[in-house]
Amino acid sequence: MAQAFDLIVIGAGPGGYVCAFRAAQLGLNVALVEKRATLGGTCLNVGCIPSKALLSSSEHYVFAKQHAAAHGIKIGSVEIDLPGMMKKKDAVVSKLVGGVAQLAKARKIAVVSGTATFVSANTVSVSNPGAQPAELTAKAIVIATGSAPVELPFMKFDGQTVVSSDHAISFDSVPKRLVVVGGGAIGLELGSVWSRLGTEVTVVEFLPKIVANYDDDVVRNFARLLQKQGIRIETSAKVVELRRDGPIPVLVAEREGQKLEFPAEKVLVSVGRRPFTDGLGLEKVGVKIDDKRRIIVDGQLRTSVPGIWAIGDVVAGPMLAHKAEEDGVAAAEWIAGKHGHVNWDLVPAIVYTDPEVASVGLGEDAAKQKGIAVKVGKFNFAANGRALAADAADGYVKIVADAKTDRILGAQILGRGAGELISEVVTHMEYGGSAEDLGRTIHAHPTLSEAVKEAGLAVSKSALHAL
Amino acid sequence: MAFIDVKIPPMGESISSGVLAKWHVKNGDLVKKDQPLFELETDKITSEGTAEAAGRISLNVEVGAEVKIGQIVASIDTSAAGTEKSPAAAAPAAPAAKPGAPAGEVPQSPAVRRLAADTGIDPATVAGSGKGGRVTKGDMLSAAEAHAPAATPAPAPSPVPPSPAGGIAPTAFPVAAPTLPPSPPAASAPQRQTRRKMTQLRQRIAQRLVAAQHEAAMLTTFNEVDMSAVMALRAKYQDDFVKKNGVKLGFMSFFAKAVVHALKEVPGVNAQINGDEIVLNHYYDIGVAVSTEKGLMVPVVRDCDRLGMADIEKAIADSAKRARDGKITLADLEGGVFTITNGGIFGSMLSTPIINPPQSAILGLHAINDRPVAVNGQVVIRPMMYLALSYDHRLVDGKEAVTFLVRVKQAIEDPTRLLLSV
Repeated sequence: MAQAFDLIVIGAGPGGYVCAFRAAQLGLNVALVEKRATLGGTCLNVGCIPSKALLSSSEHYVFAKQHAAAHGIKIGSVEIDLPGMMKKKDAVVSKLVGGVAQLAKARKIAVVSGTATFVSANTVSVSNPGAQPAELTAKAIVIATGSAPVELPFMKFDGQTVVSSDHAISFDSVPKRLVVVGGGAIGLELGSVWSRLGTEVTVVEFLPKIVANYDDDVVRNFARLLQKQGIRIETSAKVVELRRDGPIPVLVAEREGQKLEFPAEKVLVSVGRRPFTDGLGLEKVGVKIDDKRRIIVDGQLRTSVPGIWAIGDVVAGPMLAHKAEEDGVAAAEWIAGKHGHVNWDLVPAIVYTDPEVASVGLGEDAAKQKGIAVKVGKFNFAANGRALAADAADGYVKIVADAKTDRILGAQILGRGAGELISEVVTHMEYGGSAEDLGRTIHAHPTLSEAVKEAGLAVSKSALHAL
Repeated sequence: MAFIDVKIPPMGESISSGVLAKWHVKNGDLVKKDQPLFELETDKITSEGTAEAAGRISLNVEVGAEVKIGQIVASIDTSAAGTEKSPAAAAPAAPAAKPGAPAGEVPQSPAVRRLAADTGIDPATVAGSGKGGRVTKGDMLSAAEAHAPAATPAPAPSPVPPSPAGGIAPTAFPVAAPTLPPSPPAASAPQRQTRRKMTQLRQRIAQRLVAAQHEAAMLTTFNEVDMSAVMALRAKYQDDFVKKNGVKLGFMSFFAKAVVHALKEVPGVNAQINGDEIVLNHYYDIGVAVSTEKGLMVPVVRDCDRLGMADIEKAIADSAKRARDGKITLADLEGGVFTITNGGIFGSMLSTPIINPPQSAILGLHAINDRPVAVNGQVVIRPMMYLALSYDHRLVDGKEAVTFLVRVKQAIEDPTRLLLSV
């Protein structure tokens, strides 16, 4: 006998659990199906959160080791306690996933543990090893099963030498050499962590530049700063094989016919993520997918099958937790017959290295490619008092505005705290704000955010602390 | 105290907002029930709002503000009705609602506030493209652009009038000593320009006329018509006509009938383009352009084919009066298939009228002047009028247009044709 709900959400990542929470707030009777032992999905368990814990810890280590003395702090010998660092990371994760579980319970959401498979358009079967599958039925079902790391066919993940981000947050010792295949956010963040802890890190990128979505000038400066920290970056290099015949594995890549060899104890493959819909039985109920295996949805996140919705990484768009959350809220509202809203043009993206890089909307290069006339304002953190005091003088803020209307079309920030700073630009953009609006809004002094204001002023060449 | 709200009344389906063009009352006035309170201008018509109850009014909205249908623009304290013997004395004592800062006003962004101060454009009159209809800097910039006359760059509306030293008109101020600091011109100096905001109606007229010229392949064919026969008929039957119908027999009813006659003969003119389709109209609702203080309006006389001459005259007189009084409704202006415009009343000899879209043709009437013409080999003096038919060549062929105009001419020169449909 199937248990009946108003809504079943499959997958308890940031998209799924937020969707369930919002639906419960709106009075729906919700089941949340999750195959992991804990809620929170990739993001909380093996993604954004643990990597940020390691990034913070390793940043403290670098400070203690390299920068404290310049601040007049004598520390003496500094050592890494890797198990201690992992313990800290695990504590952050378990606090958060526990919090999500508590909230789910308080909202009277039925959390069902197991792997869901569609039986029909309104019924799923949830199976657990060694137990009877349970059948759940609902008027609406949201697929929020997220994504998984893409595997290279000639070097599959083995968890030892060839690893994904899932493993690279849990090495039990600091590897001597690490090759990161793919210079995107995940690879650069985890590469940074291990580089700071003493690993020789080489990033091998297929494209001519790392973090390919950013403007050329931002990437150039970013890459230079990473290289200064000791990370080696090899672009336009195609990985062809992993040789394991010697004493240590050697990653072989090709650039313009030349062979490049990178010996390494560990190879982190971070070439992207793929929508994860394995085992859902989409074909059985007729949910259509596109050529990249993403579930096809309309403007209200409805799939080709009435009553089935899809959100987050399984649909087209940036695979980012905050985008999935907005999808989840909107889907819950639409399902409850209310008006949902997501502005998919304004999804900020951040690389949490040091310095961070953050972007939203249209970059300068992209605007030029599209033939949009823009004015660009830049302001260097080197001219910002707070940045100088905080050793955060690297990088700059860049605001891209429509040449005619001055409306902000996008922003890219390279610098410490870029991820926090980008938010106010998103807010201005959400309300149709102009660069002048940004420049005429009071920013407290001294703060890093003054650089954002000055970049807004710089669009009309009226920055006060720069020429 | 009991308050009732004064709201912008619904105006018809296609109208969602307008401009509060005028307050007939002052803040704190005692108003009577049904007293006109304000004038509302929309892009189609101007109408009046009246008081639903008596009492003391407080105004929430300034003149010139853009208002939405259903928006509360004032409230009336009905408990104050008739309590004051002298409303004039009471007025200054009620400064409660400050018109400058109505409660719940949307805060504007800093750049918008700066541009409002620079250009003098009230953001409340600008259609916002931002979130929740907020006005963005871009909206203000384009409003400022539309505001400025095309030929001359807008001078900065500085609170200080242009000084002679600024080189605006040095010869007008011969007494200004060059050593003195720039001083404002004497208050009596005549202004060389005055500025006022384009009304929504005027803006709409402008948009429609330009759109018509952009969209249609418009050209005009001309003819002339001998008005003797119609004038003779009018002279002969005017008294009887007025006695029977209470309305004068004018030229317009003849032309309306002649147009119906010609439309039946050349149905291609009674058609419209809609996307990639041609819509043929099988009815004869004729618009008659009326000049009013606020601009041109084209009220429509329905089913001219079925109306008698007197009915047409009455309908025209009635709608012209209502148009001039600002009492016309949207329904009166919509759905015409053809327009007649008479520049002759202002003395025009010849003109090329602009089509009233989505219609495909417009007939222009002109002044009647005695002119020598050749009739049966003799030069005679006849009351002649030039006719102009502008038509959309995308839809109407030259042959059809010319034939149409010839049919109108023939019917006017020999009105018996209207009776016999030949």
